Amino acid sequence: MERLILRDIPNFHRIDVYEVNGGYAALRKALAMSPAEVINVVKKSGLRGRGGAAFPTGLKWSFMPKDSSKPKYLVVNGDEGEPGTFKDRMIFEKNPHQLIEGTLIAAYAMGAQTVYIYIRGEYLKWINLLQTAIDDAYARGYAGRSILGSNFGTEIVIHRGAGAYICGEESSLMNSIEGQRGYPRVRPPFPAQYGLWGNPTTINNVETLTNVPLIIERGGEWYASLGAPALPGILLYGISGQVNRPGVYELPTGMLLTELISDVAGGVRGGKKLKAVIPGGLSVPVVRADEVEGLRMEPESLKTVGSMVGTAGIIVMDEETDVVKVTARIASFYHHESCGQCTPCREGTGWMAKILHRIERGEGRPEDLDLLVDIANNIEGNTICALGDAAAWPVRAMVRKFRDEFEAYIGRTRIVERALSSALPEPLTVKG
Amino acid sequence: MFTEQELAAIEAIMSKYPDPKAALLPVLWLAQAKRGWISEEVMREVAKILGLPPSDVLGVTTFYTMYNKKPVGKYHLQVCTNISCQLMGAETVVGRIREKLKIGPGETTPDGKFTLSEVECLGSCGTAPVMQVNDDYHEALTPAKLDSLLESLA
Repeated sequence: MERLILRDIPNFHRIDVYEVNGGYAALRKALAMSPAEVINVVKKSGLRGRGGAAFPTGLKWSFMPKDSSKPKYLVVNGDEGEPGTFKDRMIFEKNPHQLIEGTLIAAYAMGAQTVYIYIRGEYLKWINLLQTAIDDAYARGYAGRSILGSNFGTEIVIHRGAGAYICGEESSLMNSIEGQRGYPRVRPPFPAQYGLWGNPTTINNVETLTNVPLIIERGGEWYASLGAPALPGILLYGISGQVNRPGVYELPTGMLLTELISDVAGGVRGGKKLKAVIPGGLSVPVVRADEVEGLRMEPESLKTVGSMVGTAGIIVMDEETDVVKVTARIASFYHHESCGQCTPCREGTGWMAKILHRIERGEGRPEDLDLLVDIANNIEGNTICALGDAAAWPVRAMVRKFRDEFEAYIGRTRIVERALSSALPEPLTVKG
Repeated sequence: MFTEQELAAIEAIMSKYPDPKAALLPVLWLAQAKRGWISEEVMREVAKILGLPPSDVLGVTTFYTMYNKKPVGKYHLQVCTNISCQLMGAETVVGRIREKLKIGPGETTPDGKFTLSEVECLGSCGTAPVMQVNDDYHEALTPAKLDSLLESLA
């Protein structure tokens, strides 16, 4: 298939090359339409958010009030903190103008006079690349006041994050723009009613908006016909871990997971067998090798094994992977990134990490596995934002799907302890 | 505390937001760019400029991991140890740095040249393992690549 986001054309990141290849034609087309027409085309396309939650984009846009006298904001989420996800970075580098064009079309459709593009702090190089592209777009009259001579104008400002996974969550991202700690907000009210500084706001992912110019140019029906009906369109798959050719691959949604691993990414490294794969960024439940056959990267298919498309960040683990060690690391991540606002998440992520590390050290107790599942169950659904669920799901799935390996860790400890105690003539100290 | 040039830059940042408080993150970045870290003195000055209680500035500075709350070495080695990098040998990277520079995560060499940190996912999963040195990414690290990088900085 012809690539439409990560284009084959050399220097496509440059505004002149982008223009020669039809760039900014979709913006002209959109400006000749009414905002409601633009939203309808996006609704028809079936485009869903690519940041992990897959919310229908057109519907989200339609939530913005039409007759509000308050300023309206569009926020572009380029925080890209989900482990296993590295696609937005490719867009900043390879095709920044398509992102800017999609952003401007979205701003027009919703009447947003200001756009904040939130990018994770570590991506300084990519922030600079995008800023250059934005400056070029201003210079050619695509951004700023009176875009292309119309009476619509919008300003684009990049806001740099500073190292907090939670700020990828849309309400904490808004607090971060406002200069606060990245604490998620209780909803309702939703951002379209009460967002940045209490004004109507919509937050869209970088990849989501990069699809918009294609939809305006070629039509909603065309886009809806691509890929899997439940999640139509083009997807940037990020494949990492133990494969021969890791990388970001642009393909239709609904690809077979086996095809992505074996053919697209060149198979498991060193001719080893697959053990497990996390299909949608770290927060989605793991899929075991024996479950992979026939699975497609679309919601219905992945649901059959209890997982999700998420960010389409596919993390591949080979047969030698120590899942106990991996799970302990996963738990540490969520413990570190929990903002501390909700007790179940703040305490629960710490307990899970502590238990998993003691199992890893060989100090696990037989009751620990049920305890982990119990903690996960008590975090899930009991927090303000989705980080709680995101911390609970991967740990619970790992323990359930690889229980024997966790038990082996715990069992091994017991055997060692017994061997030691029988070797000693008598106990030296009595353990409390 | 802040130079004329910095103060002008702060003005420009504030003009991008309807509320001066929103300038806090970019102003902290600006302060750290020159000083390498955010001291209490800097926090108080930023609070004064933006019209905020110093406690707000402290709260924000300590919430975000990329603001250094104490001085770091000339080269801040930040090794990603999250899953994709873990699977591709991040532990070896940390181990080799420990061995070569005799510092562990959170420590700085006595000459003040290197600080080692273990960090969360840097978004370089396809080119793991990755290490960020100050602002730059060094991707798809191998022991040889790491050695020559450390030598070039020494």
